[in-house]
Amino acid sequence: MPSLKDLRIRISSVKSTQKITSAMKMVAAAKLRRAQEQAEAGRPYAERMGRMLGSLAVSMADAKNGPRLLAGTGSQAVHLVVVATADRGLCGGFNTNIVRESRRLVEELLRDGKTVKILCVGRKGRDQLKRYHANLIIDTIEDIGKPRLTFEAADNLGRRVMAMFDAGEFDVCTLIYARFKSAISQIVTRQQLIPFAAVELEEDEIAAEATTTVGSVYDYEPEEERILQELLPRNLSVQIYRALLENNASEQGARMTAMDNATRNAGEMIKKLTLVYNRTRQAAITKELIEIVSAKEAM
Amino acid sequence: MAAETVEFELVSPEQLLLSEPVAMVIVPGEEGDFGVLPRHAPLISNVRPGVISVYSQRNEVSQKIFVAGGFAEVTGERCTVLAETALPLAEIDRQDTEQRLRNSREDLADAKDDVTRATAERQIGTFEAMLRALQS
Repeated sequence: MPSLKDLRIRISSVKSTQKITSAMKMVAAAKLRRAQEQAEAGRPYAERMGRMLGSLAVSMADAKNGPRLLAGTGSQAVHLVVVATADRGLCGGFNTNIVRESRRLVEELLRDGKTVKILCVGRKGRDQLKRYHANLIIDTIEDIGKPRLTFEAADNLGRRVMAMFDAGEFDVCTLIYARFKSAISQIVTRQQLIPFAAVELEEDEIAAEATTTVGSVYDYEPEEERILQELLPRNLSVQIYRALLENNASEQGARMTAMDNATRNAGEMIKKLTLVYNRTRQAAITKELIEIVSAKEAM
Repeated sequence: MAAETVEFELVSPEQLLLSEPVAMVIVPGEEGDFGVLPRHAPLISNVRPGVISVYSQRNEVSQKIFVAGGFAEVTGERCTVLAETALPLAEIDRQDTEQRLRNSREDLADAKDDVTRATAERQIGTFEAMLRALQS
């Protein structure tokens, strides 16, 4: 039986933990709103780029020797896996889920006898992956979303991937991130970046695309290949930017939920401890009374 | 006829910068500037660093916007420009730009790896285009 003093200390310690978690929850909620707004604001660009790319891909479909970014290198021997996680913990299973999916992919590829290279975006992903595949990690990018995730940062990452691709360091590039569905549900997603595979667009985007690609035949200036040469690397950056934005929103969502749970658990804990505390206190008082009464009787 | 307008949209990856009906826009295409009037033939073009002129009415330039390259999509009723960096020309400060150009040149001089070198080169290109745009 813990003493009264111990109980008091525990209660106050749980209380201060609760204060921290509830503050973190509110911060995450505010950040989530901002992240969502940012993701919202980035949507028109991605949409229109998808539309242009769609119509270009249609007109390029008959050409056999499309650009390498679209057609691939013809080999599948070396895979680059870009793992996007958070820089910070305390967000529930967010990082663990992404890392688990990455490990699954990496192990599948290794079993098939492929060479795998891992590029980590976010400190937490690296820390966890290091335990299993330390030799495969080529580099880590930290603090990409600080103080704010800019397109420039995503673009630099995109250019870096492009440079590696041009140098022939890999054949296929896959990005793993958590797609934001709602504050309580994030879906870990694999997205193939190189060769470019059409992204599963949301339904309204598909509808919008269908109506515009049908019936309008574009002139191209300069010719299609030249535009694609510019457009595809840009598209790579845009896809990365979009994924990072989603990831950012997912992280905040996951943290908000985790902290909400933690706050609630702390509340329960306090209730239980208070009950035990009061009961112990009363027991002590009763005991004292009995002692006094029996002492009096004995006299 | 005269009342017809083109829906002009200027989009950066971070946000929708401008969306309004205009009489005409002049876009710096890679193979030369082109003007977009209502019922322009559908066109997709690369955009080189330069200035987009927006005509709210015929013969009246309402806005001049500097873009650092991008893509343009034109349909009969719409003109969409996807630009990485866009700045109203009036907001560009010559001295500041010159200073940043010098900084980028210094960056290029002591760049150690390919990534920083490429970034610096890109910035130099953008700033030079900005200065050119200011002169014209």
